[in-house]
Amino acid sequence: MPKITYITHDNNNHEIEVQNGLTVMEGAIQNDVPGIDADCGGGMACATCHVYVKDEWFNRLPKKEDGEEDMLDMAFEPKKNSRLSCQIVVSDELDGLTVSIPSKQS
Amino acid sequence: MNKTDALIIGAGPTGLFTAHQLKLIGLDCVIVDNLDKIGGQCIELYPDKPIYDIPALPECTGEELTNNLINQLKPFDIKFHLSERVDEVKKENENWIVKTNGGKVFLTPNVIIAGGVGSFEPRKFSVKDCEKFENKSILYSIKDKKIFDGKKVSIFGGGDSALDWALELSKTSKVNLIHRRDDFRGAQATVDKVRQLAKQGKINLFTKFQMIAIKGENNLESIDIKNDDKEVKNIKTDFALGFFGLIMQLGPIANWGLNIDKKTIEVDTEKFETNQKGIYAVGDICTYPGKLKLILSGFHEGALAARACFKLARPNEKYRFEFTTSSKTIKDRLGVKSD
Repeated sequence: MPKITYITHDNNNHEIEVQNGLTVMEGAIQNDVPGIDADCGGGMACATCHVYVKDEWFNRLPKKEDGEEDMLDMAFEPKKNSRLSCQIVVSDELDGLTVSIPSKQS
Repeated sequence: MNKTDALIIGAGPTGLFTAHQLKLIGLDCVIVDNLDKIGGQCIELYPDKPIYDIPALPECTGEELTNNLINQLKPFDIKFHLSERVDEVKKENENWIVKTNGGKVFLTPNVIIAGGVGSFEPRKFSVKDCEKFENKSILYSIKDKKIFDGKKVSIFGGGDSALDWALELSKTSKVNLIHRRDDFRGAQATVDKVRQLAKQGKINLFTKFQMIAIKGENNLESIDIKNDDKEVKNIKTDFALGFFGLIMQLGPIANWGLNIDKKTIEVDTEKFETNQKGIYAVGDICTYPGKLKLILSGFHEGALAARACFKLARPNEKYRFEFTTSSKTIKDRLGVKSD
């Protein structure tokens, strides 16, 4: 299974094996990685599963849909490398992906 | 003080259908919601998004679902208290005293929390010291636009609220519009108008900028904004307005002595009662083994909680299960003719 690394705001690394087809958000929620709220449950309606993607990975991810960028406007401290983790679907190609979780979601 | 058989917190689909169930079995109820409109997440987050898993409705939008639920409540007289957040729930003998932030007070044996993921609050600036100026020169909604006449106003955001207010206030104030990227998500006509005014110098447009600091002693004097290339600009301003949409917060519910696990309230699956007698939780905000966050689950939970309310509201009567197809009493309540 692909390994995803979640870096929480206190600089703890959570290396988690996430099944193909789940989203990066689901991988965090199912494994109790703190800092991802996902209030809307993956509907791209709330911007509380916001993560920063490491630069070397950012361009390798499938492009954002329009709606994701709109939601990121409402995220807490969005940056250039911001993504909603509910929109990143895990696959073998993403083995080793590292995302950082902001200090808070709202 | 308002007396009622049951008070429902939350006017989303679960709250609305729970009200329907209460009225069907002959109880009265009121609904309190922090938003200024009925519908909860369905209206606030996804009014146009189609939903495909409401039983017997192959497809409907959040707005259609809400309107249908409101229609279903038409036979009944239900008082809605909108733009009111329940702040306090306190036990008094067999009843709960419920107080809102608007100063309304209710006395009821039953409180049903149908609060979704909590109450909607404006998303705020994350910059240090913003609280100091909040509601004075840092605002997240506008009640009286006259206060901006002749002033310097910095508006943040890229959606319709930010754009509409930038257009409106540009008539009477010096407006800066600041957004974190080049694209706006507002209506195209509004975006075009804003860009046109920016070209004419009537709106100062700063895109790819975000606020990093505020300055001022007693009053807001200026703000620092920074762009992706780390360029920092200082802008003199009298007001900063943030339109970043709404977020959901559990809010005061956390202080009512309920068993809360990960922002959800633990309930039993017979009455959907919490650890406090007479306080129930239904819909997305409740949790129990096997819980599914589906609208249809909320309907079921509300129906059962309503029956539990009957016992506390009518302690001397016996609840009798009846079908809407055959019960004359229910048909009378609905105002339809019996066969």
